[in-house]
Amino acid sequence: MEKFVNFKALVLGVAAAGALLAAAQTFAQANEQFVPALVYRSGPYAPNGVPFANGYADYLTLVNERDGGINGVKIVFEECETGYSTDRGVECYERLKGKGPTGAAVFSPLSTGITYALTEKAPVDKIPLITMGYGRSESVDGSVFAWNFPLLGTYWTAADVIIQYIGQLNGGLDKLKGKKIALIYHDSPYGKEPIPLLNERARRHGFELLTIPVTHPGVEQKAAWLQVRQNRPDYVLLWGWGVMNSTAIKEAVAVNYPRDHMIGVWWAGAEPDVLPAGEDAKGYNSIALQHSAGQIAVHADILKNVHDKGKGAGKREEVGHVLYNRGMLNAMLVVESIRTAQGKYGRKPMTGEQVRWGIENLNLDQNRIKQLGFAGMLQPLKVSCNDHEGVRHARIHQWDGAKWKFVSDWIEGDNTLLRPMVDEAAKKYAKEKNITPRDCTKA
Amino acid sequence: MFYREAGQFKTSYAADQAVFPILQDRVFIALWLAIGFILVPLVSTEYLFRAIFIPFLIMSLAALGLNLLVGYCGQLSLGTGGFMAVGAYAAYNLCVRLPGLNPLLAFLLAGGVTTVVGIVFGIPSLRIRGYYLAVATLAAQFFLDWVFSRVAWFTNNSSSGSITAPPLTLFSLTFETPVRKYLLCLAILVLFAVVAKNIVRGRIGRVWMATRDMDVAAEIIGIRPMYAKLSAFAVSSFFIGVAGALWAFVHLGSWEPLAFDINRSFSILFMVIIGGLGSILGSLLGAAFITLLPLLLNQLPQWLGIAISTAMISHLESMIFGALIVFFLIVEPLGLARLWHLGKEKLRLWPFPY
Repeated sequence: MEKFVNFKALVLGVAAAGALLAAAQTFAQANEQFVPALVYRSGPYAPNGVPFANGYADYLTLVNERDGGINGVKIVFEECETGYSTDRGVECYERLKGKGPTGAAVFSPLSTGITYALTEKAPVDKIPLITMGYGRSESVDGSVFAWNFPLLGTYWTAADVIIQYIGQLNGGLDKLKGKKIALIYHDSPYGKEPIPLLNERARRHGFELLTIPVTHPGVEQKAAWLQVRQNRPDYVLLWGWGVMNSTAIKEAVAVNYPRDHMIGVWWAGAEPDVLPAGEDAKGYNSIALQHSAGQIAVHADILKNVHDKGKGAGKREEVGHVLYNRGMLNAMLVVESIRTAQGKYGRKPMTGEQVRWGIENLNLDQNRIKQLGFAGMLQPLKVSCNDHEGVRHARIHQWDGAKWKFVSDWIEGDNTLLRPMVDEAAKKYAKEKNITPRDCTKA
Repeated sequence: MFYREAGQFKTSYAADQAVFPILQDRVFIALWLAIGFILVPLVSTEYLFRAIFIPFLIMSLAALGLNLLVGYCGQLSLGTGGFMAVGAYAAYNLCVRLPGLNPLLAFLLAGGVTTVVGIVFGIPSLRIRGYYLAVATLAAQFFLDWVFSRVAWFTNNSSSGSITAPPLTLFSLTFETPVRKYLLCLAILVLFAVVAKNIVRGRIGRVWMATRDMDVAAEIIGIRPMYAKLSAFAVSSFFIGVAGALWAFVHLGSWEPLAFDINRSFSILFMVIIGGLGSILGSLLGAAFITLLPLLLNQLPQWLGIAISTAMISHLESMIFGALIVFFLIVEPLGLARLWHLGKEKLRLWPFPY
């Protein structure tokens, strides 16, 4: 009896303390911009999620430390662990969307699955989504997808550039007739995205497309690579993520498939993917989303203002790795969008709607890119209502055993092929969801 | 003291056989319903609705369905995620292919489709029991996962495999706001809980419990095992199918087959085990434990002002969650519902100890 009463008192006491503390933590600073960060630092995708998250955090810290914020408005960012799972991503979104004096500025879901789920919610809550290098390929059409911004490239662009590169290697796209190209993909919306474009290209140029799915999380690939061994395709495209990538390269070694005939998407071309296979990964290619590994002007700033002051999110050695650079680039686009929005709406914390305007009117020319310290990493980018991608160029980089080296020039995604597909898919989505497309001439 | 039944005399058999014979219980339930339908919509924030209450209600329904099968009928099933997927995709296909169909009717029909699928996958239960049946239902889970990934017809030929639910409108009311979604889920849960409680108190429920306790003896006294087991699969699958449709339409909005994978099956089974096998209240308590505790653990460091990296929080959450499951199963293997019943018994005597 005594034990029962004590236990009840204990429970009541903890509940009361929790309630008090919960009330205490809601203080909003007036002149701060809240930027949420959806990350995965645990789970099978952590090896790739951690450097991205660190790059994102470091750049935001840099803007605070070096520049005092965006035009004096300090950035407050908070990470939320999604583990790459859609329902946790949605929960993180709900938790973070109202924080800060003006709500969350913009979400970078970092997962195609979470992007699909948030595409429904973002227009209702009026918070834009930057899906840099992933997301729905049809969201390039801003008249239908007003709140999605697949900046720098979508999976259709990536697949198109890869096919063009393969064409270059063979002396022209017409020489691809009769060849076999296999796509080993993560069995999720992310992995299935490029298939429509690859089918279209296969139809145009007469090559055979073999689609081989791999179940999440991708550690079981023996069956997939057995098919590769049996069919001996000329090229293997890898559309994996996390631990699936390193497993794929190791399996390629096991079936003796030449790594230099493998081309991964930009999420399958980073150090965590090639280092586990060691020397055997030499020659593995991947498309690079604008940037590769390596340090440029902005990295010197980050090392000086962030890591030297002990505020680095991760290890110093990681600065300049492929995914670190990508996170950094993503954060830069977020910051520049907010700055563009502030240009119109004033130097104060921006709401999600205002930031959306900012992203849609983002225009980074060569001079501005050089000013920001990103010269050599980014092509000039111009976003508009009609084109939420901004720029459609990419290069192929190859792992030489110790670092990534570019093996191709800039290749542009063929918009005469891409745009009709985007328009058709966007129209279908608008019809399904009863959305009247905006008139981009007036936006 | 609270549960003293002194002075409460039943004057008819109906009153004696009521679901809540004690007045205090009736008051308690009325209070909870009032809190659920009136107080919570008034004071809750959008986050509480979307991230706490709606997932809890839908998972309670799924746990209720599984409890009917595992707790009352004793047939171990690991195919819950797959059946939820059947409900979700069936509702989606009905809404997309028959436009203008009342969404509630779509949910019920989806439940019906899941019933048929559940009966089909329940047929092995006539030959195998226990863990072997668990493996057969595991096969159902993987098969259904595969079907929804590979057969394009189910996803309306979506190229990415991810589909979005059409908006829910019912009698010119759109269920877009969190409050309406919450009330819809609560209403459906209350209705189904009443139905479940009445089923298990009746002849069918007793047939299930007899099959669970000693199926050979049950067969000898005249209970047809096929009827018992397949009816359990049927009713349970109906509940789980409706829960799956709700999960997809109301909570997720947009989903891919990964949303209904084996982890979903395991988590619902854990809800049933932790909550208490063979108890309606247990399903709700177990669902609350499994859906809400990880969120609480995730946000606790922030509330207490301790700065830990998100990775560490995530790892700690898994460890503490696992430790709590083990703790509860040691302290009370019959589940949280049993803890409640013990508490209720003590409340009959409190504050007068023996």
